[in-house]
Amino acid sequence: MLEIARLNAWYGESHVLHGIDMSVPEGKVVSLLGRNGAGKTTTMRAIMGLMDRTEGSIALRGDNLLKLRPDQIARRGIALCPEDRGIFPSLTVSENLLLPPVIASGGMTTEHLYTLFPNIKERGSSRGTQLSGGEQQMLAIARILRTGARVLLLDEPTEGLAPVIVQQIARTIAEIKELGYTILLVEQNAHFVEGLADVHYLIENGAIVDRMEAAEFAANIDRVDRLLGV
Amino acid sequence: MLFDFNINLLIGQMVLGLVNGVFYAILSLGLAIIFGLLGVINFAHGVFFMLGAFVAYMLGETLGIGYWGALVLAPLIIGALGLLVEVALIRHLYKLDHLYGLLLTLGLALFAEGFIRIVFGPQGLPYSIPPSLRGAVNLGFMVMPLYRVWVVAAGVVLCLVTWAVIERTPLGAKLRAATDNPKLVQAFGINVPVMLTLTYGAGVALAAFGGVMAAPIMSVDPAMGTNIVIVVFAVVVIGGMGSILGSIVTGLGLGLLEGLTKAVFPEASSTVIFVAMVVVLILRPRGLFGKMA
Repeated sequence: MLEIARLNAWYGESHVLHGIDMSVPEGKVVSLLGRNGAGKTTTMRAIMGLMDRTEGSIALRGDNLLKLRPDQIARRGIALCPEDRGIFPSLTVSENLLLPPVIASGGMTTEHLYTLFPNIKERGSSRGTQLSGGEQQMLAIARILRTGARVLLLDEPTEGLAPVIVQQIARTIAEIKELGYTILLVEQNAHFVEGLADVHYLIENGAIVDRMEAAEFAANIDRVDRLLGV
Repeated sequence: MLFDFNINLLIGQMVLGLVNGVFYAILSLGLAIIFGLLGVINFAHGVFFMLGAFVAYMLGETLGIGYWGALVLAPLIIGALGLLVEVALIRHLYKLDHLYGLLLTLGLALFAEGFIRIVFGPQGLPYSIPPSLRGAVNLGFMVMPLYRVWVVAAGVVLCLVTWAVIERTPLGAKLRAATDNPKLVQAFGINVPVMLTLTYGAGVALAAFGGVMAAPIMSVDPAMGTNIVIVVFAVVVIGGMGSILGSIVTGLGLGLLEGLTKAVFPEASSTVIFVAMVVVLILRPRGLFGKMA
């Protein structure tokens, strides 16, 4: 569904991605694992058209996204949940939830989202940044489920969260996967993605260094942990 | 005598000061919206105010379109001009320091004012109060020209409507979000470049609306924008750069302060706003309503 080939990207003069090749099949969860600075978030940003310069190919259902603006890419059906959660401080929780436009039918209704994330409903009139870290993450995920996008880019959804909240996020992602969404999940926590992802890519210094199917992952988790510096 | 006034004079001057305050509020509101979203210190704002008045004058002279028609058409015409300016010039500066936007718009302001001076001459042109707003209203403590009552009422309503659109509607939420993080807003599927263009056009249209309202009070002359924009920048600094509510409250408040000073110590009335600016800059550099950098 989402095919990335020979992807190179630059921040100004700095060449930061060196020929990334990845495939995210429809309805699957694919993880992208790597240390800080390995190029995970940059890959997400490149997919969304947020880099200064990119070369190669990023194709969604065969359409090359490389020269499109970020808003045009989003309207093709890709939604980003950014690393810092991207909760807007000047907006209330409800305004944050309703901000991204609906780009296709089939997105979750607000009522459905309130069922999945009851805290969001209770705190609707609070400023988004007054939520706890876990609640902000839930809001960031809920926000993109409303839009009708079927490809979700989740950038380190567990970063800085307590273990109990991490488990809750894992359950949420598993539920979303059951609904047939295609998910690219960037993480540093191999144990978090172990039961969730169908395919795992390892990234180091802006290049993919390994690819594993879910069945191979458990046997190689020590090696993955070493690569992640755990 | 230094302090020679009675209470009716004091209230009367404050009400008249409110008329100036309305113009300060309308102009600083547009400046705040443009700075908040585009990061451009729009020095040309006063010129768009002046052009609004001149377009109203020309609509009357050439097409016989009166005040009420001009109040609708001039903001639309000047707003469209603002769209062109943003697309042709200003959008090329977004990635640069704020100083470049200030320099460009200052150049635009000087050019436009010079151009109008060449075409219409330096002297002020008369613009009549519409017949339906002639006369005066007895407010009990003073008799106030009906047109000035209209300016205060329409200006305050315009400011409140603009505030409500920005703070209470989905469109306003998009504008506020784009002020916080424009790249993420665009990654959600919102066409931010178009939003920036329309925002500039809307801010400029607000200034032109103010210019049409000012035309019957101030004479329609090429310097009317430059004269007021200096005060308006002081208002924006006092209120806090980019603060919508700050612009409205400070604009109206400083109009009142100016009026109060006229009654109490007239010699200081033209400088009191700048004294207030200095005090605020020393005690609270981000402005009364500004956020911490």
